[in-house]
Amino acid sequence: MIAELGHFALILAFAVAIAQSIIPLWGAHRGYAEPMRFAEPAAMVSFLLVGFSFAALTYSFINSDFSLKVVATNSHSAKPFLFKIAGVWGNHEGSMLLWILILSIYGALVAAFGQNIPPALRARALSVQAMIAVAFLAFILFTSNPFERLDPVPLDGKGLNPLLQDWALAAHPPFLYMGYVGLSMPFSFAVAALIEGRVDAAWARWVRPWTLLAWSTLTVGIALGSYWAYYELGWGGWWFWDPVENASFMPWLIAAALLHSAVVVEKRSTLKSWTILLAIIAFSLSLVGTFIVRSGLLTSVHAFASDPERGVFILAILLVATGGALILYAWRAPQMEPEGVFAPVSRESGLILNNLLLSVSTAVVFLGTLYPLFADGVMDEKISVGKPFFDFAFAPFMIVTLIAMPLGAALSWKRGDLARVMSKLWIAAVLAFLVGIAFWALRTESSIWPPLFIAIAFWAIFGVVVDLAERIKLGRAPFSESMRRLGRLPRSAWGQAVAHIGLGITAFGIIGISAWATEDIRVAQIGDRIPLSGYELRFDGVESSRGPNYRIDGGKFTVFKDGKELTTLVSEKRFYPVQQTQTTEAGIRASLIEDIYIVLGDRQDNGGWAVRSYVKPFANWIWLGALIMTLGGVLSLTDRRHRVGAPGRAQRVAPVVPAE
Amino acid sequence: MKRLVLILALCAPLPAQAVEPGEILDDPIMEQRARDLSKGLRCLVCRNQSIDDSDAGLAKDLRILVRERLVEGDNDEEVLDYVVARYGEYVLLKPRFSPMTALLYLGGPLLLLIGGGLIWRQASARAAQPITTAAPLTQAERNRLHEMGIDPEA
Repeated sequence: MIAELGHFALILAFAVAIAQSIIPLWGAHRGYAEPMRFAEPAAMVSFLLVGFSFAALTYSFINSDFSLKVVATNSHSAKPFLFKIAGVWGNHEGSMLLWILILSIYGALVAAFGQNIPPALRARALSVQAMIAVAFLAFILFTSNPFERLDPVPLDGKGLNPLLQDWALAAHPPFLYMGYVGLSMPFSFAVAALIEGRVDAAWARWVRPWTLLAWSTLTVGIALGSYWAYYELGWGGWWFWDPVENASFMPWLIAAALLHSAVVVEKRSTLKSWTILLAIIAFSLSLVGTFIVRSGLLTSVHAFASDPERGVFILAILLVATGGALILYAWRAPQMEPEGVFAPVSRESGLILNNLLLSVSTAVVFLGTLYPLFADGVMDEKISVGKPFFDFAFAPFMIVTLIAMPLGAALSWKRGDLARVMSKLWIAAVLAFLVGIAFWALRTESSIWPPLFIAIAFWAIFGVVVDLAERIKLGRAPFSESMRRLGRLPRSAWGQAVAHIGLGITAFGIIGISAWATEDIRVAQIGDRIPLSGYELRFDGVESSRGPNYRIDGGKFTVFKDGKELTTLVSEKRFYPVQQTQTTEAGIRASLIEDIYIVLGDRQDNGGWAVRSYVKPFANWIWLGALIMTLGGVLSLTDRRHRVGAPGRAQRVAPVVPAE
Repeated sequence: MKRLVLILALCAPLPAQAVEPGEILDDPIMEQRARDLSKGLRCLVCRNQSIDDSDAGLAKDLRILVRERLVEGDNDEEVLDYVVARYGEYVLLKPRFSPMTALLYLGGPLLLLIGGGLIWRQASARAAQPITTAAPLTQAERNRLHEMGIDPEA
């Protein structure tokens, strides 16, 4: 009964979304206030209906209602409570419902807090949002109904893939979708602005918080996925350039570009049409991502062939949304005149360089992801494009980005002076160089490249810090004066600095783990000692035990350093009887210097066990950096000038520091 | 088809055991070469995994093949040629540069050049005009100034 109500609520939401996609748009066109105002209650009602529907599905999962097909195929009565909930989005139908739920939450947020957005722009943007909702609700209702019943009802469910029964992966989809779907907001505002034919600084100010929110949550989502891969998949890989990963990475890159170009629109009233284009592309890439993941086209051609209906449906949504927006763009964008004039060396130019680098690196990922399909379809050649290609083709752009980042951020608006910036930042360059030398000296066996790249990562970090110190006149003004200036820095300046430092830290972690990871693979007898670059591991034995819905073989190890006991680690092999599959839980001693990572393999014929042990230097900096980047995004978001409801009050905040 | 689905299911991101202790060569330098080569070779029955990461049987066969060739005295390039001759270009995770893959390799740099060029052209067009440009006075405005007793040309 609950499930039927959930299904019914979804159908109602579909009807409401249809009305919301037409009436406010028509009202805005004619200048009628009443139809325009229809958008807000409609968005609220949509949210309530979809929310109810989602709650109904969650209820069915929690109560293990196996008369529902998705519950029967993706849940099990003996599954822990948390994973019963995570099971809601651990399958195609439920994850699409989550997609819609988040879309409706964003719509409700605009309706609730967007009172300062001009009524016509708000009405149009909410109409465009509703169009997206119509498309995806139709997709769910016609191809992926989560409320389908089973007859006869099975006694128990098939359970969730054990690999997905993990906290990080339980939280991964909601964050990722908040990012993907969040990019629908800039898209809707861009389309609304194109219909209106006007883009100004105020528009950018309304768009930026949504982009920030989407980018920040996408950062968390990607980092969670990467961290999960690191500790769960059993050999410490953290990024594979898999099509599914690229699908989330491309919107992230373009959202980052959009954040920066929206700043230029807001401050300098230029780069307008480019920013609109980025907003369109960012959401299109989200749709491409949804298409890649949901159709399975790139992961396996066969998965697509087995269920072409869904893939074709999303492809149609993608083509209509992107195509429609681009046609509108081609028609309207030439009317948008840039206003702000600036010199070739200026903050504006720095941000344009940022946009160029981010867009081109996105294009590289896009090409690499889709090239096998292109080669197969157009040239009838089967090729693979994997990690070695992406590392080779993508890294150079990131290195240039890291080098340019502190310089661009320190340039002044309109007309900058590179020599003057360098006269401020030279100390950062010297410090970074010293860090590079230190790494080179400590890791004598390594080539010159890793220390060089590490110096570049630290240049990015120190550059931001020195720029910040310069802005508060640290050392040049009395300390109390500096502190006062520090306190008065706008939150967005803090956000920018923190996010940039986060990027440098992530880069540092990536370089460290890529350059200096070591490993040992062997058959070990109980009691054996395994030397591992500076450590010694003692294999103490294997103990069997039971988890809530799995059996455990736990390999016990004692780690020694210089003869002294450092810690003990347990590396588990888990066997899930419901799915008849096995997972590994690596034994990890995490630290900021290096992780010790032990995986227990299979029992060998001679009574020993296969043991893989790794040292992963600086691994945790990768995700720590991502966390710091997110913190930067959130800090920016709390800047009162970005507060969705407060653009009017913004002007009264006296800028203490001349321009950020 | 069913068997293929099964193979793919088996290769889905399962906890990888990958390189097994018995496969490892005694010579650490040669073993390292084998590992580096393995990272660039695709496990043919898997989803985006190198043979170094995969525990599929076919990946193991390939790993052993690579090591055999190395022991025979092949250099890295010869090993790759040997594997490609048997399994096709598809086996390389980083495809070789050829007319077919030219767009893949040059797409990024080309876009950078085109984008950079466009930006440069716009920037120099902007630089040509002084930073404070006011629209020239219209005839009506000139007349009005004239009426007010101001010489518009002054």
